Amino acid sequence: MKYKSQKVAYMFFALSMVLLLLQIVYGFIMAFAHAGYDGLHEIIAFNTATATHKNLLVVWLLSGFMGAAYYIIPEEAQRELVSVKLALIQFWSLAIVGVVAVAGFHVGWWEGRKFLEIPRALDYLVVVNVLLFLGIILVTLFKGKEKTTTAMVLAMGLFFAALLYLPGMIWFDNQSMDSFFRWWVVHLWVEGVWELIMGGILAFLLIKLTGVDRELIEKWLYVIVGLTFLSGILGTGHHYYYIGAPKYWLMIGGIFSALEPLAFLGMALFAFAMYRKGEKNHPNKIALYWTLGTAIMSFAGAGLLGIAHTIPQVNMWTHGTLITAMHGHLAFWGAYAMIVFSIISYSMPLMTGRKLYDKPGAHYAFWLSNIGMIGMTTAFAAAGVAQVYLERKVGLDFMVSQNALHVHFWVLIGAATLFTIGILYYVVNFFKHGMPTDEALIDNK
Amino acid sequence: MLSKNQARLFFLGGTVVFFLIFLALSVNTVSSGIPKKTHSENITEAVVGGKVLFDENNCMGCHTIFGEGAYYAPELTKVIDRRGEAFVKGVLSSKQSWALHGRKMVAYDFSEKEVNDLVAFFKWVNEVDLNGFPPEPDLKK
Ligand code: HEM
Ligand code: HEM
Ligand SMILES: [Fe+2]
Repeated sequence: MKYKSQKVAYMFFALSMVLLLLQIVYGFIMAFAHAGYDGLHEIIAFNTATATHKNLLVVWLLSGFMGAAYYIIPEEAQRELVSVKLALIQFWSLAIVGVVAVAGFHVGWWEGRKFLEIPRALDYLVVVNVLLFLGIILVTLFKGKEKTTTAMVLAMGLFFAALLYLPGMIWFDNQSMDSFFRWWVVHLWVEGVWELIMGGILAFLLIKLTGVDRELIEKWLYVIVGLTFLSGILGTGHHYYYIGAPKYWLMIGGIFSALEPLAFLGMALFAFAMYRKGEKNHPNKIALYWTLGTAIMSFAGAGLLGIAHTIPQVNMWTHGTLITAMHGHLAFWGAYAMIVFSIISYSMPLMTGRKLYDKPGAHYAFWLSNIGMIGMTTAFAAAGVAQVYLERKVGLDFMVSQNALHVHFWVLIGAATLFTIGILYYVVNFFKHGMPTDEALIDNK
Repeated sequence: MLSKNQARLFFLGGTVVFFLIFLALSVNTVSSGIPKKTHSENITEAVVGGKVLFDENNCMGCHTIFGEGAYYAPELTKVIDRRGEAFVKGVLSSKQSWALHGRKMVAYDFSEKEVNDLVAFFKWVNEVDLNGFPPEPDLKK
């Protein structure tokens, strides 16, 4: 750690850890309900559990991205954050809005729009919060000594992520219009601007962990984010096939979304090429595991499992089935959960001065969570294929086919247990680092 | 070899070009495509009332509509075709959790007006041109 204000990242990372644990609890509630045990139905109905699971995911990832920005931007811009006090205010307001939103879901204070369930009144608070965050980050960057490509790409991703929240706040009487603009948020986030955030963090980590020349890394960063937008913007069309939008989206969405895996392939090749080229003497091996891991797993979850159902002729059958849940889990895990874990694993020893990266627990965390998540993905895949076959191909009643899928949800619960043990190792290791301290500052010159 | 400046140009140029194409297509979709496909002139007050209820109760948190939502309960796009109006009304006004096959729905106990609004909404949804979704089961005997 080079600047005292970087320490503020810790708060955001800690919030991420807590919300992730809570997200997992709701995952189990839904998995049991799918397996036939919906004992909590009267208190936490499935729609409450799902809104909570999805929004906690989004909030802990955003909190992780914010922490990453507070850590990375000072180091790249070579100056302290303009105000730690404001950053702390921003942190507490984020935490409060998050808690109120989740509590609200339990009493029916929500909007019934997948991933965007936070009610309008709270949306305005989210906007104020994010504006404060962006203000701190952008002013720091522009007052800084350097405006590196890495910092600019990261900041651009955060800026456009905030901007794209707005189309999700408009009310439409027409369900198709509602859906059309919901994807401006959901798709253009995960297959657009969040990839800039991921790319920026990845570039930062590769520069630090491999010691390869910054110019080379940043050149390829441009190529990757170029591929992202080249394919991902028109790729939005893969959500417009069957929602009441014109037919030309089948062609456009099909072609461009089929190109989207290129950006993720680019990230994987890039990370491994830099690793090979670089020195292999950075002591924090576990941060390197997560960094290379995110590059591979994002390609598997978003790239391969994305292309598996993105062609209109396939999507016609799989649209809105458990196949989508299969892809959603590995994609979110590989790309965004793992990049947050990477920056946390890298920065915690530097912020706290405690080098816990060699502890066996750190390795158990990596392997158990990844193996567990691959198992969960496989369980969803089996359930999804069976659902498509029984319900869509053979034409069985929805619930008749669902009742044939219980076994896959028991497999899901088993794999999710492994996954959760891995996550517990990670979280325990995180808190064992203790609080960040100024004693961990290293010489700036 | 590609230089960093060329790479930056590729990023900025590509982004601007594809964003503009996307914007143009979106304008077309929103201004004429969706209104035509969805028969937007048929969106009556009752349909909007149904949509508001669908939203306020987060029905999408269990069901899918146009294939979007959660995967716990049946796809509702063609529910009127599949089940008929009377059945749907029965589910919506039920005082007990509807659970035909073991899995429970929330007991909403909607008023008569609310039920009618939701049915109007489903009838409108039923007529939207979805480019062939949901597909006909092709292995049905
Ligand atoms: C890290 C990147 C990605 C993440 C986090 C992600 C996540 C998701 C999620 C959560 C959904 C469900 C959304 C909803 O119903 O509201 C979804 C849908 C979808 N994704 Fe991705 N995705 C990613 C990348 C990709 C890529 C690269 C492709 C294509 C190659 C792709 C293809 C699809 C398709 C076709 C659907 C629609 C499924 C359906 O019709 O039900 N995704 N994705
Ligand atoms: C113990 C761990 C977990 C379990 C048991 C679990 C289970 C589930 C279940 C049952 C659903 C609902 C599917 C439906 O709509 O019927 C779901 C949705 C979802 N979960 Fe998880 N989950 C877990 C962890 C995670 C993690 C770690 C992530 C992200 C990295 C995640 C991301 C999602 C997403 C994006 C959806 C929405 C998928 C879609 O609608 O396509 N889950 N989860
Ligand atoms: Fe997408």
